[in-house]
Amino acid sequence: MHQLAPLSDGADKFIATRAAYGKALLELGNQHQDVIVLDADLSGSTKTAVFRKAHPDRFFNCGVAESNMMGTAAGLACSGRTVFASSFAMFATGKAWEPIRQTICVPSMNVKICASHAGLTVGEDGKSHQMLEDITLMRVLPNMKVIVPADSVETAEAVRLAYETPGPVYVRLSRASTPVIFGDDYRLELGRGSLLREGSDVCIAACGVELAEALIAADILASRNIEARVVNLACIDPIDVDLIVDSAERCGAILTAEEHQIRGGFGDAVAQAVVRHHPVPMDLVGMDDSFGQSGPAPDLIRHYGLDGASLADRAENLIKRKKR
Amino acid sequence: MTLSREKATNIRKVAREVRLDVVRMVHAAACGHPGGPLGMADFMTTLFLEHLNLTAENRLDDDRDRFVLGNGHTCAGYYALLAQKGLISKDTLLSFRKMGSPLQGHPNRNLDLGIDFSTGSLGTGLSVAQGMALGARLNGWDSRVYCTSSDGESQEGQIWEAATSAAHWGLGNLTVMVDFNNIQIDGPMREVMNVRDLEAKYKAFGWHAVTVDGHDVVAVDQALCAAKEVAEQPSAIIAVTTIGKGVSYMEDTSDWHGCAPNDEQLAQALEELSAPVS
Repeated sequence: MHQLAPLSDGADKFIATRAAYGKALLELGNQHQDVIVLDADLSGSTKTAVFRKAHPDRFFNCGVAESNMMGTAAGLACSGRTVFASSFAMFATGKAWEPIRQTICVPSMNVKICASHAGLTVGEDGKSHQMLEDITLMRVLPNMKVIVPADSVETAEAVRLAYETPGPVYVRLSRASTPVIFGDDYRLELGRGSLLREGSDVCIAACGVELAEALIAADILASRNIEARVVNLACIDPIDVDLIVDSAERCGAILTAEEHQIRGGFGDAVAQAVVRHHPVPMDLVGMDDSFGQSGPAPDLIRHYGLDGASLADRAENLIKRKKR
Repeated sequence: MTLSREKATNIRKVAREVRLDVVRMVHAAACGHPGGPLGMADFMTTLFLEHLNLTAENRLDDDRDRFVLGNGHTCAGYYALLAQKGLISKDTLLSFRKMGSPLQGHPNRNLDLGIDFSTGSLGTGLSVAQGMALGARLNGWDSRVYCTSSDGESQEGQIWEAATSAAHWGLGNLTVMVDFNNIQIDGPMREVMNVRDLEAKYKAFGWHAVTVDGHDVVAVDQALCAAKEVAEQPSAIIAVTTIGKGVSYMEDTSDWHGCAPNDEQLAQALEELSAPVS
């Protein structure tokens, strides 16, 4: 049985996952001389500047040229280096998708793409910068692992796991500060999810910034005498099929929540496991075939129905579809 | 130092063998790209025989030279040269493009066979090559990185991203050889999309750049020697060639960019390519 993940006692603490990335990358660089970091003129925003200041000899700014950065990363990986390449998720995975496919995934190079400013919570920069398709673009690629950490603790774990996992890894990071969910002894394993709250009426599966909203939803549902199981599936590829099947068996319905298009994204990954191994009613919360807009991150989350209250309502409606 | 007469003659002889292999391989596969590798055979053979430090023995050594075939569709000639260097068997050459073969229709990274990187999507090779050159410098390896490109590939924007960064980082251990044959799939390059003066373009990007006759093995050798003397700039050698060189009906036409000869055409090609080498 999956253990409940230890929850942080400092739930009032907020840290952006990109900030946690910068810190974790510095520590990784201090420990491992093979680590090289590339950025595309956004090191202040992606927080790779922290590494740059400490290890200028192992940091290369590629300028505003993301496709070339990915090819450079692949070439550097040929010399036995572990290469971390960062930019905004929009440009790292959108603009440079084909070079990622051809030069990183096809030959399975040891490159870690850690992209920040993913999702709606970019906020005021608006739809040109709110990357809502990156999970789809990365999880479809053979050889690519995909991790979407929910908080600062899990981000540090994702960086460690990316380093320890040979081959291409994608880590999705956020601009906005988000609540610290996990305790310091939390460990992330490749292909393993974690159980945060037990319940048997419905399962809410989430990743990234939506995990905190899922926990809020579970509280709201509890006040309506509905016990929701909350599972964290930060590792989307490979995904924890056992935990999904166990949740389907126990709860009989699964709601997924992601700050991303539901088409081809996280919910789709969960749905594939459900359809293939234990079909139950599902609903997918996320962006449903629309782009975002400028606005404060919390307002955007509410406007597009990705907040805890909306998740609770969707979960309650989903339960009505369960077989009696 | 000028290439000796004996060495130049040997390069021409091996280049003829490469051309014979190219037409045999493409004929056996009943598909592929013969025109490009026939045009590139002279400068590629000069590079592989006289400059590229890659052998069956050192193929996995850190400080060997690296090679990236940016215009990956021309791989029949590349594979034939790896066979000349003893990294691929002659039998394997005829498995080109067939199910299960390591000799894919476009190169697939296979260090055991001396294939340093996967290519095929135009524009990606030079980025990877300059990443390799940067990595070699960081590791203190005494290796050079060679990459091919072409006039058609120079239409890709990513080439110029890589040209910018390779010069910015002063990668003197990187040399790109650009096959300039004025032919691309849809017709003459100057009609499809004229890339104009590539030597001037590379110079403007901060490279050491020269233009040579890509069939003059002595001139190519000199350009490759000169590139090694440039310490803090990457080098571009624009090799002017005739696509399909050596097979009369394939020369200077886009018709044989990606088309295999039939039995009769193969016989004619083999006969023409078997003429004595001076």
